[in-house]
Amino acid sequence: MSYDLKYKRYGERSILIEWPQIIDENILKNILNYKIKLKNYYSKVKLEIIITYNSILVIYNFTIDNINDEISMLKSLYSRSETQEDFFGTTWEIPVCYDEAFGFDLEHLAEEKKLSISEIIKRHSRPIYTVYFVGFLPGFLYLGGLDKSLYINRKSIPNLNIKKGAVGIGGNQTGIYPKNSPGGWHIIGNSPIDFFQIEKQNPCFAKAGDKVKFKSILREEYVSIYEEVKNNSYQIKTIS
Amino acid sequence: MIEVLKSGMHSSIQDAGRFGYRELGVPISGVMDKNASDLGNALLDNSIKAAVLEMIMIGAKLKFHAATFIVISGANMSPKLNDIPQVNNKAIAVNTGDILSFGAVTNGLHCYLAVKGGFKTEIVLGSKSYYYGITKYHVIKANEILSIDSFSSSILKNPQYSKLKSYDFSISVLNVFKGPEFDLLSYTEQKKLLNSKLKVSKLYNRMAYQLCPNFENDLNSILTGPVLPGTVQLTPSGKLIVLMRDCQTTGGYPRVLQLSEASINLLAQKKERDSISFRLKE
Repeated sequence: MSYDLKYKRYGERSILIEWPQIIDENILKNILNYKIKLKNYYSKVKLEIIITYNSILVIYNFTIDNINDEISMLKSLYSRSETQEDFFGTTWEIPVCYDEAFGFDLEHLAEEKKLSISEIIKRHSRPIYTVYFVGFLPGFLYLGGLDKSLYINRKSIPNLNIKKGAVGIGGNQTGIYPKNSPGGWHIIGNSPIDFFQIEKQNPCFAKAGDKVKFKSILREEYVSIYEEVKNNSYQIKTIS
Repeated sequence: MIEVLKSGMHSSIQDAGRFGYRELGVPISGVMDKNASDLGNALLDNSIKAAVLEMIMIGAKLKFHAATFIVISGANMSPKLNDIPQVNNKAIAVNTGDILSFGAVTNGLHCYLAVKGGFKTEIVLGSKSYYYGITKYHVIKANEILSIDSFSSSILKNPQYSKLKSYDFSISVLNVFKGPEFDLLSYTEQKKLLNSKLKVSKLYNRMAYQLCPNFENDLNSILTGPVLPGTVQLTPSGKLIVLMRDCQTTGGYPRVLQLSEASINLLAQKKERDSISFRLKE
């Protein structure tokens, strides 16, 4: 599959490549394919590649001398045949406690959406979400696949202190805050899992192309998993 | 070793940044004014990757437990070595027991202390730059010991020169490129933005500088996309936000402009009420 891409200079050292502005798994596959081609081509050059739903940002460690030459090179790389890798990797089971002690905005969401709290929990924990990219904060997963009946505008005034592990809904997105942070999403639960472990070789277990399934847990389970995570004995479950 | 007697307002160890981890959502971080810190390192013949102490607004008070050479660069914080005034951008010999103190800024905002060989603090994900949640601390604290190497006075007999120059912090024009969403603004809005006389608001830190007054617009939010230090975001309520070194890796506000590298360094020396305007580079 091939898209009509836009290539834009982004400052002195970066080039932005854009796909149509939609959240779509075919675009994700296309982006991941292109990213591999870029990484192979530039294996000896120090650069960073940031991906989002519909873009790749190539950040060079130097000033780009001739932007047009660089863009032509990127275009020819895109037209090369795709690699045959299977990007859709692991499905991670993420325990979430939707207890009202954590889900401060559940009641408000239930009123707004005219659904019962248990129905919201059911509709949030039922889908298998796709990890599109990691961004915003270390270990923050951008997920696609939220049930349309749960879409809700971000809060107009952000909450200044959202707790680590908080599970929220903002617009058509859902996600987990990997650390304490300000944020404008509606909080419906909390996961006891660490999404960014600095001491690990690979600090973030999930990557773009992986899947996520939320599992509703009780407060008692939350406490025991929390302890296991603290003692480094918790193994995140995968679904095959 | 250097003993921290007073930490200053917000002082942290920074280097050239944490390059290579933005795909995990980890900010690049690093020195706010790279020109100033590169100059300090160059005058000591250090690598440009050497870690320096960055001080914001009010500087630190430090006691040296090793002999070395230092260079102070960036903002002027009226530095004194054993109560004797010192100048910026010049290598200074320091002995064991010496006390180096800084006051409040008189010009600029970010002041750098480079030491011969660089600070030897912990490396996390390839960088010494302090960042909340990545390094153990995000600022230095009183009584803390910062590790440095000791150098006898036989080194650096000849003064080091650098092609780099300190620049005039009073320049208010920032060179910019078009951002990815610049063309979504109408022609009138583009003209207005590029002719705006702006000021730094009271909200500015290592993550972002908010400018004022507001800039009315009817752009919609975008699907979350990549952002960089120097990206100028325009929010639906009209706030112009210039992202800086500790900025998030992705964002959903339209990216109307992108500062040049030199202009990011220049903006880092601005503070509340300082004037700003943009000049478009093609």
